[in-house]
Amino acid sequence: MDILKFLTAGSVDDGKSTLIGRLLYDSESILLDQLEALQSSNRKNDDGTIDLAILTDGLKAEREQGITIDVAYKYFQTEKRKFIIADTPGHIQYTRNMVTGASNADLAIILIDARKGVIEQTIRHSFLVSLLALQHVVVAVNKMDMVDYDEAVFNNIVKDYQAMAAKLKLNEVTYIPVSALKGDNIVHKSDRITWYTGKSLLDHLETVSVSVDDSTDHARMPVQWIIRPQTDELHDYRGYAGRVLSGSFKVNDRVTVLPSGFNSTISQIELFDQEPEEASAGMSVTLHLKDEIDISRGDILVNAEHHPKLSQLIEADLCWMDTKPMDTSHTYLLQHNSKTTKCRIQDILYKVNINTLEQVATESFALNDIGRIVIKTAEPLAFDLYQDNKANGGAIIIDSRTNLTVGALMFRAVAD
Amino acid sequence: MSKNKLDYLDDLEAEAIYILREVAGQFEKPALLFSGGKDSITLVRLAEKAFRPGKFPFPLVHIDTGHNFPETITYRDDMIKRIGEKLIVGYVQDSIDQGKVVEQKGKNASRNALQTVTLLDTIAEHKFDACIGGARRDEEKARAKERIFSVRDEFGQWDPKRQRPELWNIYNGKIHKGENVRIFPISNWTELDVWNYIRREKIALPSIYFAHEREVITRNGQLMAAAKVLNMDAEDIIERKNVRFRTVGDMTCTAAVESYAFEIDDIINEISESKISERGARLDDKVSEAAMEDRKKGGYF
Repeated sequence: MDILKFLTAGSVDDGKSTLIGRLLYDSESILLDQLEALQSSNRKNDDGTIDLAILTDGLKAEREQGITIDVAYKYFQTEKRKFIIADTPGHIQYTRNMVTGASNADLAIILIDARKGVIEQTIRHSFLVSLLALQHVVVAVNKMDMVDYDEAVFNNIVKDYQAMAAKLKLNEVTYIPVSALKGDNIVHKSDRITWYTGKSLLDHLETVSVSVDDSTDHARMPVQWIIRPQTDELHDYRGYAGRVLSGSFKVNDRVTVLPSGFNSTISQIELFDQEPEEASAGMSVTLHLKDEIDISRGDILVNAEHHPKLSQLIEADLCWMDTKPMDTSHTYLLQHNSKTTKCRIQDILYKVNINTLEQVATESFALNDIGRIVIKTAEPLAFDLYQDNKANGGAIIIDSRTNLTVGALMFRAVAD
Repeated sequence: MSKNKLDYLDDLEAEAIYILREVAGQFEKPALLFSGGKDSITLVRLAEKAFRPGKFPFPLVHIDTGHNFPETITYRDDMIKRIGEKLIVGYVQDSIDQGKVVEQKGKNASRNALQTVTLLDTIAEHKFDACIGGARRDEEKARAKERIFSVRDEFGQWDPKRQRPELWNIYNGKIHKGENVRIFPISNWTELDVWNYIRREKIALPSIYFAHEREVITRNGQLMAAAKVLNMDAEDIIERKNVRFRTVGDMTCTAAVESYAFEIDDIINEISESKISERGARLDDKVSEAAMEDRKKGGYF
């Protein structure tokens, strides 16, 4: 059994919280005392049924405001899979939360109100999903009960969305007509939407295939920590601890340490009391090398035949996440996996109007702005292009004055 | 080429090990908050996987309220002997004796709120810049929004509106002097995941997690261990029952459930079918719907 991480995008009015609540409720993932709290709460739907949205509203402030203000994580499990939901808000001022949620998700559910169809917000959410390169997209056309479960309404929305998906290069898109309020096609197939022959939402989530890149081309392991017991019996022990980002390493593989460029061979792979022959994507292991090389935290081990890019000048997409606008004269910190180095915004190429997808010229980025920049780093970075290898293609920008995470970077090209 | 993702327990384990190693790499003086509960026991196992054959790059810290189950303290001391790591204990009794906190009075008196002060004093005394804890997002609604690296200001407070975005697996541990970061490596685990992991790894637990015959009283509709610290009086009727505890907190605020789950397989079956979530057995969350959020803002684990 594996884990599927998915994100839900939609606004308060699209019934997003109700959809998640329905998934949890109908799949019997709500426990009794939570149900009691739910029933004793005074929020009810108009028809007196319990308001399932309460299940995902976490914080007092938003309970008072009646809106979701941050990313909340929810967990549930069926016979087939474990699920982690990142529930992110849909209003424009919270783009950064959606980018955050999407960075760790395998799949996105984009909610469309059947009465409204593809609107500005749908474009925005789909653009972000495309920017963050999610493997799968589900377009859930919600509130089908409000349009009398009309097939023509659904088909028109699908047609509109397909046109946009082609522009955004979204590959795998699945369309499902649902009513979160009434429970149609969420967990159980609806008997009111007989014209729809596909799977229910949960059925789709349970069966969609999520794979990881297993090729040696992308064998990457940033070194997090050096294990050196320095005891009498383990005097010469030196293990490089890290999590394999992508690809796989085997004993006797030739590897290169970057940025130094030294080559060596893997002599042993350790996972506590086990010695696996292979360390594949996602595994946290300790690697040993045949040669004694100077390696420290921030270095990356890669397959000797397939190096990532190495540069101090990189073209990247940037999402600005701080209320304080970008300052091109300021030296920021850049964190790329275990490596942290100083950096500066060298050039701004354009900003994207995320409602129309137009590229516009700009002098600076404010909160929630997204666009293309050139970043210069104090030390060379060993990175992959985000579209080729997400795990080694993203980085964050930190403002050393406030220590806040102020930007998300997706590397797109070496800039020379 | 591509293949399936790791099995979920391997995936969760690898993520937690990764987070622990990030703590080691990013902080000067981290600590692991050890409560004696199954979640922090799981953390100790994960730390062994992250750092052996080396030593842990942090000590274990236990806040002893003086109201702990004796079984928890025995377990703690045996474990420390086995793993050979450093343990620092902060005593709530010391905070009371120093006049920093005032003991609650009456039948429902608990030291649960007082331990926050002792914890913050212990962090300040040892200048810890990162405290690893075993909290999980599935435990409670307020925790569902907690980051894996959660920054606390110099008063130990959590501000849900000023959380840093966490992208990919990149954790920003940069802080100002006086601040510290709470770190939750098993954020993405559920109660059932923890139990399945404990079974897979054959991790020993304090005996109170398993069904045993015990003297109990009924308070506010919940079964409590009949212990002196509960300020029992003539109205409290002591009965002998087969019970176990689903969480390990203070005797004053941790309720027992009637159970015949003597083995870990029984417990996993019981949880799989259970209709009471784990924190439902903790009285301290029942005070109000927003109870957990208020305590977190004040510096609670």
